[in-house]
Amino acid sequence: MSTLLEAHGVNKRFGAVVAAEDINIRIASGERVSLIGSNGAGKTTFVNMITGYLKPDTGCIALAGHDITPLAPRIITRLGVARSFQIPQLYGDLSVLDNMLVANACHDDKLSFWQPARRPEAIARAETLLERFRLGEHRDRRVAELPGGVRKLLDIAMAMTGRPKLLLLDEPTSGVSAEEKFPMMQTIMDALGHEDATTVLFVEHDMDIVERHASRVVAFYAGRIIADDVPSIALKADDVRRYVTGELLQE
Amino acid sequence: MAAILPASKTAPATGHGRLILIAVVTCVVLSLAGLLMPRWLSFLLIMSAANGLVSLGIVGLMRGGVVPFGQGMMLAAGGYAAALAYNHLGFTDALGMALIGGVAAALIASPFAPLLSRYRGIFFAMLTLALSMVTYGLLMKLSMLGGSDGFNVGRPTLFGQELADGRVVYTLYVLAIVLATTMALLARIFFDSTRGLVTLAVKENELRVEYLGGSVRQAMTINFILAAFCGGIGGALAVMALGHIEPNFSFWTTSGEFVFVAILAGWQSVAAVFIASTLLEVVRSFSSAYFPNTWQLVLGIFLLLVIRFLPGGIGSLWMGRKRK
Amino acid sequence: MPAISTILIDGLTYASWLFIVALGLTLVFGVLKILNIAHGSFYALGAYTAASFVGWTSSMNLAPAWSLLAMLLAAVTVAVIVAPLIERGLLRFFYGRDEVLLVLVTYAMFLILEDVTKLVWGANPYYVYEPYSLFGNVDVGVQSYVGYEFALIGLAAVVGLAVWWGLNRTRQGKIVLAVIHSPEVASSMGVNVSRVYMVAFSIGIFLAALGGAFTAPMISVQPGVSVGVVIVSFAVVIIGGLGSIQGAAIGALLVGLARSLAVHIAPVAELFSIYVVMAVVLMFRPEGLFQRIQARKI
Repeated sequence: MSTLLEAHGVNKRFGAVVAAEDINIRIASGERVSLIGSNGAGKTTFVNMITGYLKPDTGCIALAGHDITPLAPRIITRLGVARSFQIPQLYGDLSVLDNMLVANACHDDKLSFWQPARRPEAIARAETLLERFRLGEHRDRRVAELPGGVRKLLDIAMAMTGRPKLLLLDEPTSGVSAEEKFPMMQTIMDALGHEDATTVLFVEHDMDIVERHASRVVAFYAGRIIADDVPSIALKADDVRRYVTGELLQE
Repeated sequence: MAAILPASKTAPATGHGRLILIAVVTCVVLSLAGLLMPRWLSFLLIMSAANGLVSLGIVGLMRGGVVPFGQGMMLAAGGYAAALAYNHLGFTDALGMALIGGVAAALIASPFAPLLSRYRGIFFAMLTLALSMVTYGLLMKLSMLGGSDGFNVGRPTLFGQELADGRVVYTLYVLAIVLATTMALLARIFFDSTRGLVTLAVKENELRVEYLGGSVRQAMTINFILAAFCGGIGGALAVMALGHIEPNFSFWTTSGEFVFVAILAGWQSVAAVFIASTLLEVVRSFSSAYFPNTWQLVLGIFLLLVIRFLPGGIGSLWMGRKRK
Repeated sequence: MPAISTILIDGLTYASWLFIVALGLTLVFGVLKILNIAHGSFYALGAYTAASFVGWTSSMNLAPAWSLLAMLLAAVTVAVIVAPLIERGLLRFFYGRDEVLLVLVTYAMFLILEDVTKLVWGANPYYVYEPYSLFGNVDVGVQSYVGYEFALIGLAAVVGLAVWWGLNRTRQGKIVLAVIHSPEVASSMGVNVSRVYMVAFSIGIFLAALGGAFTAPMISVQPGVSVGVVIVSFAVVIIGGLGSIQGAAIGALLVGLARSLAVHIAPVAELFSIYVVMAVVLMFRPEGLFQRIQARKI
């Protein structure tokens, strides 16, 4: 199993706020890693630095040996990193199918001045992915009219169109009702299951989901990584119980 | 015309074939109809086509979420290029002049396109406005280009043939129809293409386009250059029809009219652009003749009504779903 | 080579009325977030109304000084009658919509007002002679200048100070500043935002009309004046920064002096120099010289 993502000595401050402090991490291909931590702990900052939206003050981030630290988000996407958003970033006025077609077109760099966007092969490919995410029935509906859970799934499906090497999911089940969370995460993981080569990093607050779907847990607090291990061990660590899951509050 | 049928959900490869057929039929029908038209109508339709081409470019940019307020610059660029080719290079072929106009405008737009692609909203509008007013100022002051009076252009030829007195208007009319239907067809194909769909995505959510690996700047740069090409052809056509070019082509009020037509048409139907342009010419001609000092009043009220009650433009009337 | 004093005074005179007009434009944008293409039309309305009012004072054989009052009243009339009509009757239906959409609404207004002006006053030019000679001539060195121009410069200074003082030193002004900053927060604090909008719009229109009224003696008042005025005002406001008073002042000064230099020394540059500056500012410092809002860039 080769190293896909490596962060080395990464630091980031916003004025007096330490968003990332000496982050060192190595993620191998195929891992399913969950990033946990309370709000402001540094998980999203870390994700943003991987995607290139933020640049670390010091340190470097490498993708499959390539230093991606100075690159623009668009280039990093092209190299195989995709992310979904906590608040789904979609094309509201377009249909679900069109959203997927745009994702297809952008990533493959199959941009043509004359080839119809809605040609059979492109549609078939989009529909296949939509089916895997159980979104087929919404194919022709306008995205702005869709319920939250469907929008979240579409957001993730769009990130998947480029068959990324590394998929970053930012709170994939947030904003979704309790009874929908589990089926939703299951749908996502099933859809990903087809692509064993996809490494997944997902930010998650629900520990049950973390336990079930993550092969590894990385816990953040105040910009530092306070635990990095398999779920059964990481979730029982004192620091994690104190700063993340809140279990030590009573003691 | 090409876009009377809505862009279907699954356009098979024959979709292009169908569009081409519609374009050809429309072109033939309108050209034949021209034989029966009174001269003033043919002339009016030539100007509708010329102006419609500029507005077509604006619609292309509006699909990407920006409204240019300086497309008069493209009209002027194409017009002056064609006129200069005629007067100084002795190049008189009408079709050739149209193409020269288009290419010249596209070339002039090219250095500004990447810069403009970074702007949105009011700043995009103001920058395009400023550039067109700089062009206007330059044209007014450069006496080698005729200064504020502009200059005249003689009668064009076509494929080496001189045009007889009675044939000029009709020939230009057919040329206008051919150019308009061709550009409309190409525009429809482009709007339905992957680049065209990505342009709509840029309007909806630029951030996501970048995060999917697409380039917003590249999309808008291309749209701007293509819009300039269209506008340039329109400018050349206008020059040939009017026999005259002047700096006013680049004045902001001229640009405003093109925006008006684009808003009236909406961005869904390509045919609507030319229908809206014809409407403008009709209102302008008729109210000038019968109720002077009212055509701008009528346009203004029209515009308000469209903005308030038909935000998708008249194209949305037959393209179905009302989109903003 | 004309005297420096000529270039300076010419530039300042131009800058003066331009400042008054641009101030109105920038105020309307700052408060209502509307970039008003019809702003020049209100300038024209002010000029035409002034022409009519001054015509009446002359025909009533009143002393020439009354024409000044007539011009002021003309501006007030335009503001009091036209502004609420347009703000309540039209603009408020579009508040909160896309900023470019609002520009298009004002463009429609411009088209309508162009013809309304022609329908009311006709297409022939009006000349407003009387006020122009009211202040006699002023000698600067060997050159002699029309006193009216100095009066105009004085008026601009007074207007600028009044607006500045009104916004920064009065309670109502502070309320307006709050609305500029955030209408939602101001509203939740009990401010009647609609009324602020109407007042701000009326003042903006008043300033445009005032500029038009007091410039009327120096130009021929005819159809089409609005077209040139609005575009130069846009240039000033973009250069100075949308929503900024100091910006309007500095911008007007820059444009006025640049134009004066161009006209007297290099006439070729006259028209397009202003727009080159506007384009350059948009390209390199789009928020203008005095930042109020950020430019939308990727």
